Amino acid sequence: MTVTPLGIPRRLLEFTLDGEAARVPEGATILDACRAAGKDVPTLCEGDTLRPKNACRVCVVEVEGARTLVPACSRRAEPGMVVRTDTERARHSRRIVLELLASSVDLSTTPRVAEWIKEYEAKPDRFGPDAARLNETPKIDNDLYVRDYAKCILCYKCVDACGDQWQNSFAISVTGRGFDARIAVEHDAPLTDSACVYCGNCIEVCPTGALSPRSEFDRRAAGTWDESAQTRTTTVCAYCGVGCGLTLHVQDNEIVKVTSPHDNPVTHGNLCIKGRFGYQHVQNRG
Amino acid sequence: MDLRFGDSKPTDEERAAVDALLGPAESAWEGADRTDADLRWARGGRAARDRRDLLLPGLHAINDRIGWISEGALDHLCRRLTVPPAEAYGVATFYAMFSMRPRPATVLHVCTDLACAAAGAGDLCAGVESRLGPGSGVAVERSPCLGLCERAPAALAIRAGDPVRTAVSAPADVEAAVVAGTAPDAAPEEPPAASAVPQAGQDGLVLLQRVGVVDPSSLDDYRAHGGYTALRRAFALGPAGVIREVTDSGLLGRGGAAFPTGRKWQATASQPDRPHHLVCNADESEPGTFKDRVLMEGDPYALVEAMTIAGYATGAHRGHLYLRGEYPRALHRMRHAVEQARARGLLGDDVLGQGFAFDIEIRRGAGAYICGEETALFNSIEGYRGEPRSKPPFPVEKGLFGKPTVENNVETLVNVLPVLTMGAPAYAAIGTGRSTGPKLFCVSGSVARPGVYELPFGATLGEVLELAGVRPGLRAVLLGGAAGGFVRPDELDLPLTFEGTREAGTTLGSGVVMAFDGTVPLPRLLLRIAEFFRDESCGQCVPCRVGTVRQEEALRRLADRSGAAAADDVALLRDVGRAMRDASICGLGQTAWNAVESAIDRLGAYE
Repeated sequence: MTVTPLGIPRRLLEFTLDGEAARVPEGATILDACRAAGKDVPTLCEGDTLRPKNACRVCVVEVEGARTLVPACSRRAEPGMVVRTDTERARHSRRIVLELLASSVDLSTTPRVAEWIKEYEAKPDRFGPDAARLNETPKIDNDLYVRDYAKCILCYKCVDACGDQWQNSFAISVTGRGFDARIAVEHDAPLTDSACVYCGNCIEVCPTGALSPRSEFDRRAAGTWDESAQTRTTTVCAYCGVGCGLTLHVQDNEIVKVTSPHDNPVTHGNLCIKGRFGYQHVQNRG
Repeated sequence: MDLRFGDSKPTDEERAAVDALLGPAESAWEGADRTDADLRWARGGRAARDRRDLLLPGLHAINDRIGWISEGALDHLCRRLTVPPAEAYGVATFYAMFSMRPRPATVLHVCTDLACAAAGAGDLCAGVESRLGPGSGVAVERSPCLGLCERAPAALAIRAGDPVRTAVSAPADVEAAVVAGTAPDAAPEEPPAASAVPQAGQDGLVLLQRVGVVDPSSLDDYRAHGGYTALRRAFALGPAGVIREVTDSGLLGRGGAAFPTGRKWQATASQPDRPHHLVCNADESEPGTFKDRVLMEGDPYALVEAMTIAGYATGAHRGHLYLRGEYPRALHRMRHAVEQARARGLLGDDVLGQGFAFDIEIRRGAGAYICGEETALFNSIEGYRGEPRSKPPFPVEKGLFGKPTVENNVETLVNVLPVLTMGAPAYAAIGTGRSTGPKLFCVSGSVARPGVYELPFGATLGEVLELAGVRPGLRAVLLGGAAGGFVRPDELDLPLTFEGTREAGTTLGSGVVMAFDGTVPLPRLLLRIAEFFRDESCGQCVPCRVGTVRQEEALRRLADRSGAAAADDVALLRDVGRAMRDASICGLGQTAWNAVESAIDRLGAYE
């Protein structure tokens, strides 16, 4: 007999979303409600497997009675709340946040951001040619993955995935502060001198491509990375008996990247070094 | 959690500094549980992990002794506390007073903020830097506001060693600052706290009545001047009675947000979750603000007594006094006061024999304006980066260590004493209907007698400036500090109340009244404010992290432009400023554009 876990029954609460009544389970966020109602609220730092950090502020919405805008990703819906997602005020903040981000970091590998920049009519060039940018050179210090912090929006997802939310390695942290804040390991050392265990779970959650497998980074640099030509095959990792789900990204009959399905109840998208990076034997054709 | 440490080892000196704080390690297995049956295994480390809040004191211990924090020293501290080195590195690099690179044992912090800049901090810095070049053994650092605005320009020397030594030079000239830096022990003593209170000794003062009158080191003297009568009344009223008095008094928080204190206390007291915590926010870092320093230096026992009352009313048995790192004398006085009170049974297991246990722990900040934000302060005490948390949940529900917490500013707490000694109705009769009680104003800049002034709410801006002897040629007044706003010289009849300033579209903030005459170039002042916020942003959220940079860039471009040539950048400032105010996580980002906006709108900067 198959048992489907239903979880604890939750009460529904009602609130007003863009003028219409919305019913969501207790504990749901405004973003959950928006998604259930088919509304497209942009998000960057929100992650489906992590607690929301609400650092990017691109999902802000207007809540009646609140002095400031609130982040939809982390603010829980309350009974009777009146939320508006598409006001001039919310759109203004989203536009400026997109401009600030796009003017300071390289968003070229951030999914959907080009679409939002167009939708919100953001003009990242308006801050002039001298606007401060991150301009870091990619850190290539191991064979497995590359850290290109010129693309980092400081969403904290890698820190959370490496720390108490998943891996418990605590190898990376935010250092410095303000515009000089960076993601780094202790003493800004190379990754090989750090507590990193190369699980690659930070790559899995990175929303901008600042962290990428070496295989992807090299192919992008060579101009041979072509996502449209890739197939994805979900399978089970053969290394041990846990049974982690793997998604093999294959291009030209070669595995170019391994990810893991986020909805897998065992792994929630997490893997270990073998599952994520140990695939060369498959294509070792002698 | 598997911790991995590198090969770097601490020096004997570094090890001694850490062990002096934490005590010698019991064994190499410290923090782990080991069974006698199998000595090869150590599990856990949880016991040490629970002491994570000693990370910041530990960093201070190393930095105080050596002058900077080496890899070996940081790793040693991490081993002792079971803290991952990457996290500790993230914390250590967050604070301006710590260095992760070797530097001379003596650091001379020269204040370059608003009041000091107007008093010639630029020349002072240049002069000091040319005298104390490489090889002098003194590192000169340009510092944000040191809270010595009444004696601008100011410099603070800190010499690492055992013990660490400090010297303040204010008002400083090149010669005096160099002496403080090169020979802190030989530097002349600071003037008494009362010299910052031009009204000292006058009749009718409430909050400042004892500053300059009592010996700040003597508990007996404090008691002889009315000390501890408020606590006795509190014990007579009971916790609920105290909260009722505070609520009836109409006391509003003096840290800048003006939240009703009674409501905050009630909300914390009624939380079923235990323990409750009390936090006194003495991280006074708002440029132009120095009242809390003067209170702590001039009347330290008043704060000890007020914290005890707050703890009693809200059911907290532990009070955390978070004191900014740039206030060595206030730290010294408060430490002494807490020790004396403890020795005399006024803190401890049985305060005044009433069966109420309460003690105060002092935590020193390390140079971060953001730690004055209440939730950032919690993170800082807990040993995390001083980044604000998102609210809700609010501190009254989940604050310090995730427990119900009441957090009040120093001035707010000290107001509780007259509330109890006078009684709520008499207290509420002072000031105006909605802004009750006496208020401290930090007056600095272009005035003859800068200092802390106490006036009932409702006094006008002109009255405050007149008391301080405003100099001719007034161009603008900054109200509320860098996060506040400018007002014009023709607005001197503005009543200084929370509601009055709000109606006038400005803010009272932390009580800063900084006067500027025409000799101070306004664009330069605005640029300094922008630099301040860019430096002090924690970097957590995008509107503040990048917005403060874009704001500073625009103000740089605007430095010598006006009229049509300035219109583009002014429009850009408005756009960015609006998003910062609307979408930033905390008050720092939300207010970082206030002063600049007010200068554009009220003073016509760049017109």
